[in-house]
Amino acid sequence: MSAKLERLTLAVKSVLGDKVQSLVVDRGEVTIEVAAADYLAVARTLRDADALHFEQVVDIVGLDYSTYGDVAWGGRRFASVAHLLSVRHNWRLRLRVFATDDDFPVLDSVSELWASANWSERETFDLFGIMYQGHPDLRRILTDYGFVGHPFRKDFPVSGHVEMRYDEESGRVIYQPVTIEPRENTPRIVREASYGKVGHA
Amino acid sequence: MPEIRNYTLNFGPQHPAAHGVLRLVLELDGEVVERADAHIGLLHRGTEKLIESRTWLQSVPYMDRLDYVSMMCNEHAYCLAVEKLLGLQVPERARYIRVMFDEITRILNHLLALGTHCLDIGAMTMILYAFREREDLLDVYEAVSGARMHAAYYRPGGVYRDLPDQMPKYEQNRFKSAKTVAQFNAARGGSLLDFIEDFTERFPKCCDEYETLLTENRIWKQRTVGIGVVSPEQALSWGFSGPMIRGSGIAWDLRKKQPYEVYDRLDFDIPVGKNGDSYDRYLVRMEEMRQSNHIIRQCIDWLRNNPGPVITDNLKVAPPRREKMKTNMEELIHHFKLFSEGIHVPEGEAYAVVEHPKGEFGVYAVSDGANKPYRVKLRAPGFAHLAAIDELSRGHMIADVVTIIGTLDVVFGDIDR
Repeated sequence: MSAKLERLTLAVKSVLGDKVQSLVVDRGEVTIEVAAADYLAVARTLRDADALHFEQVVDIVGLDYSTYGDVAWGGRRFASVAHLLSVRHNWRLRLRVFATDDDFPVLDSVSELWASANWSERETFDLFGIMYQGHPDLRRILTDYGFVGHPFRKDFPVSGHVEMRYDEESGRVIYQPVTIEPRENTPRIVREASYGKVGHA
Repeated sequence: MPEIRNYTLNFGPQHPAAHGVLRLVLELDGEVVERADAHIGLLHRGTEKLIESRTWLQSVPYMDRLDYVSMMCNEHAYCLAVEKLLGLQVPERARYIRVMFDEITRILNHLLALGTHCLDIGAMTMILYAFREREDLLDVYEAVSGARMHAAYYRPGGVYRDLPDQMPKYEQNRFKSAKTVAQFNAARGGSLLDFIEDFTERFPKCCDEYETLLTENRIWKQRTVGIGVVSPEQALSWGFSGPMIRGSGIAWDLRKKQPYEVYDRLDFDIPVGKNGDSYDRYLVRMEEMRQSNHIIRQCIDWLRNNPGPVITDNLKVAPPRREKMKTNMEELIHHFKLFSEGIHVPEGEAYAVVEHPKGEFGVYAVSDGANKPYRVKLRAPGFAHLAAIDELSRGHMIADVVTIIGTLDVVFGDIDR
């Protein structure tokens, strides 16, 4: 671990204390996990604490863990991952929070802390259906007007549920159930951990 | 006395100044914008979802189709993410080639951004000049990968093949006389590196031409100075990066601050704006092109003197040499497994980032140990930039919205993904 990463992890530990559920340093990146209840407070501390000073949220990513790995996933299903960047200290941090309810995932919105979180959270809501509490304008952003469902969830088929075509008889564009079968060209294979080892680092 | 009401105006998605498929719903008070609501997603293709059902290698061409004016930089971020997950080292020559093509891509992108920006606000000549130089650079793309735009040249582990020893030449036909062809082929006598070097010698002069057209141009200044001002605090809060944050006076460039590949060995400067308006960002982009030109020249010198492999020799990641594959059982098996089953990436997650011409382009890849990504999130710089359009255009005239869209340098391939 480089000196800089060590400083970052020490700062995170000392500032956040026991609010950090786990802290992983892997491939030169620091990932912390916090409870959904602490999320907003932790985000605020990360932004305002002088020792950390994450003034930018680069991206907020939704994740659906329901089909993760070879064995059934035991944990919570939906996570929101914020990539934070400190321009002053020149370091990055990944902040992961799992939503407690799998059927209706709700998390606090951090858009009041960072303006750029606004659209990122809209996107995550659109694609994964994670509700961000306190978001000023939680509309769909990428999918079509009137779209039903959350397409990036793992149980949503790649080919979707409806397709659009022009109907000669009614003289307008109509929606109908998809006529194409989803297909898998290359099967998904999880091999033993050492299989892909390239032996460099 | 008639009642005075605010107008709601639809700008796009077919407006020529909307840079593709942006739909802006503008609320106007006379000619002054009160609110701009951007509707995006008209080019949404679900790239990230598609990537989940392809092997790691099959997703490289999707990257070209994200930001389709800076193709190779997108590939670069993706390859860096895969390499980070694998813990793979890339041959040095491949790293120089990548840096050189990143900078070529930066010039390509800035030329288009500048050309269309000028076209949007009424200067016709600039785009013709810009496309003249873009043509040469697209020929470089074609010479090295076979495709003018969607190159798929970078691969996890290096680049697909070494730089060619010859430049393809024009041929005489009934539209091109021998004289024209000779003129076209003048710089194409040597290798690809000779052609690029010839370009880098010509290019500073071209930049001077652009500056003659624009920098002191009264109309250009009237349209850009003081339009779309971004304060440093706003730039940070909105998640800006690239020329958008440097235009506001923050010297933040990932090539300097978090160097990847060989940028720490190269000599170049980071231009920084002062006022954070559209004119400053124009100047920043202009200077970045000159700096890119300088970087390309350094890469050419290094590449001339240092032959070597351009892709890793690890057969779990890169295909074996064709002649070996034809004669050797082991290589044949590796070739088959690589292109049918694909690369196996160890479990974990990685966020790899490059200084894309538009800003910070990041790829967040999550692997569960399978031959396909579990999730890939593409962080597009334009997404964050466009999100600020409401506040940037508020209080400006409707014609200035066009300037602001131009200066944001939006491309919908990566915003909508």
